[in-house]
Amino acid sequence: MIPAAFDYVRAGSADEAISLLAEHGDEAKVLAGGHSLVPLMKLRLATPSVLVDVGRVDDLKYIRDEGDHVAIGALTRHRDVEISDVLRRDVPILAHATSHVGDPQVRHRGTIGGSLAHGDPASDLPAVLLALGATLVVQGADGTREVAADDFFQGFLETAVGEAELLTEIRVPKATGAGWSFQKFNRRAQDWAIVGVACVRRGDDQVGIGLVNMDSRPVHAAATEAAIASGASVEDAAAVADEGTEPAADLNASVEFRRHLARVLTGRALAEASS
Amino acid sequence: MEISITVNGSEARHDVEPRTLLVHHIREALGLTGTNVGCDTSSCGACTVHLDGEAVKSCTVLAVQADGCTLTTIEGLAPSEEELHPMQQAFREQHGLQCGFCTPGMVMAATSLLDEVPEPTETQVREGLEGNLCRCTGYHNIVQAVLAAAKSGGGGTTVAVQQ
Ligand SMILES: Cc1cc2nc3c(=O)[nH]c(=O)nc-3n(C[C@H](O)[C@H](O)[C@H](O)COP(=O)(O)OP(=O)(O)OC[C@H]3O[C@@H](n4cnc5c(N)ncnc54)[C@H](O)[C@@H]3O)c2cc1C
Ligand code: FES
Ligand code: FES
Repeated sequence: MIPAAFDYVRAGSADEAISLLAEHGDEAKVLAGGHSLVPLMKLRLATPSVLVDVGRVDDLKYIRDEGDHVAIGALTRHRDVEISDVLRRDVPILAHATSHVGDPQVRHRGTIGGSLAHGDPASDLPAVLLALGATLVVQGADGTREVAADDFFQGFLETAVGEAELLTEIRVPKATGAGWSFQKFNRRAQDWAIVGVACVRRGDDQVGIGLVNMDSRPVHAAATEAAIASGASVEDAAAVADEGTEPAADLNASVEFRRHLARVLTGRALAEASS
Repeated sequence: MEISITVNGSEARHDVEPRTLLVHHIREALGLTGTNVGCDTSSCGACTVHLDGEAVKSCTVLAVQADGCTLTTIEGLAPSEEELHPMQQAFREQHGLQCGFCTPGMVMAATSLLDEVPEPTETQVREGLEGNLCRCTGYHNIVQAVLAAAKSGGGGTTVAVQQ
């Protein structure tokens, strides 16, 4: 399978990428690691006429300890997140979940920014960012703006990143010592999650839970979070994990099975994060 | 667009269409047919090569993305025409292949794994080869081969890099 023809331009900096995107309008797409976009282009489900390659914008590849949070450049590859000492210590759920993204070859190319900007509810990392309460930094012609993870994922493959904008940084509040759990249910080793649950427990009544593949966009297990906040037991809180979600049926799972998985996996996640 | 890639130690310049996949560039323009296309959907790992020293699936990389990079294919692994790379030797000794279709990709993924984790446990080998499918061997002997290569030392790419 070969993608439809397109023009290829390489950006040397974030600013250059943004002006190239502005110049080419909605015909253009950003290319980061290419591990979501290239497969879609091969299937001709995406046919951009211009690709703006940001893969060499090296100043967007970093993991920095910023005191109360860790700042990660959008072009940091999964592999570097997975093995980062700072993240393993201060945001272990992110390093751990990233080590379950695809396989080593995928993690050598795919980037954290690409994984988030793609806006796929089946991706692992959006749920982790929801659970952590992360902030995303988006840059456009007029400068940068901060978007809370809760406002970033807007629909199926739709995010807060505008046409001529770039996701540049992810700010993750530290969760040093907090309880956490990442539950990914899939049929085969390298597969995407059928359902996944990311859970960060910062205190008896404070928990953040993000769900993978339970709606058209990455969502919170809001009812469970509220139940924990009002003192419910793990069992009672997990029993409402799918409330308010609208999962889809596909080859792997029916709607009912997904709902069941969300409740069971949330129960496991809460138990692990609370132990 | 003109691209230049250091392929198995020597520079290769070609004019390519931006939509050319790296695996097609390797097989058709560079004439290195050891790298296979299995699934063509990023799943099987038969197309695995090293780009700047790391295993990647070349069916999911554009040739233009490899411009200026170092590329090692299965043909570039052995130290000479007469000798096998220790990983290839281990696959041979441990019967790590049957039809051989997955083998170039397996060997490239395995050498990359040993570069990152020189003394892996069996679980680490199994997880490290998650991205490579084999329809014949049942994986057992492949895992044994990688463990044997790790034990013998030199199962990573240092041999290729030194020569
Ligand atoms: C075989 C395989 C298995 C996988 N398994 C999993 C899995 O289990 N879990 C999982 O979560 N993911 C999985 N993935 C997806 C993987 O994580 C991708 O790397 C990731 O989703 C996309 O990152 P990328 O850098 O490759 O982005 P690209 O493919 O380059 O881009 C993806 C999209 O985001 C846009 N984009 C990229 N970067 C930016 C930016 N900085 N600013 C604005 N827009 C941007 C692009 O325009 C494009 O629309 C898998 C992929 C493959 C090929
Ligand atoms: S051909 Fe590239 S992963 Fe199967
Ligand atoms: S030896 Fe036949 S596919 Fe692996």
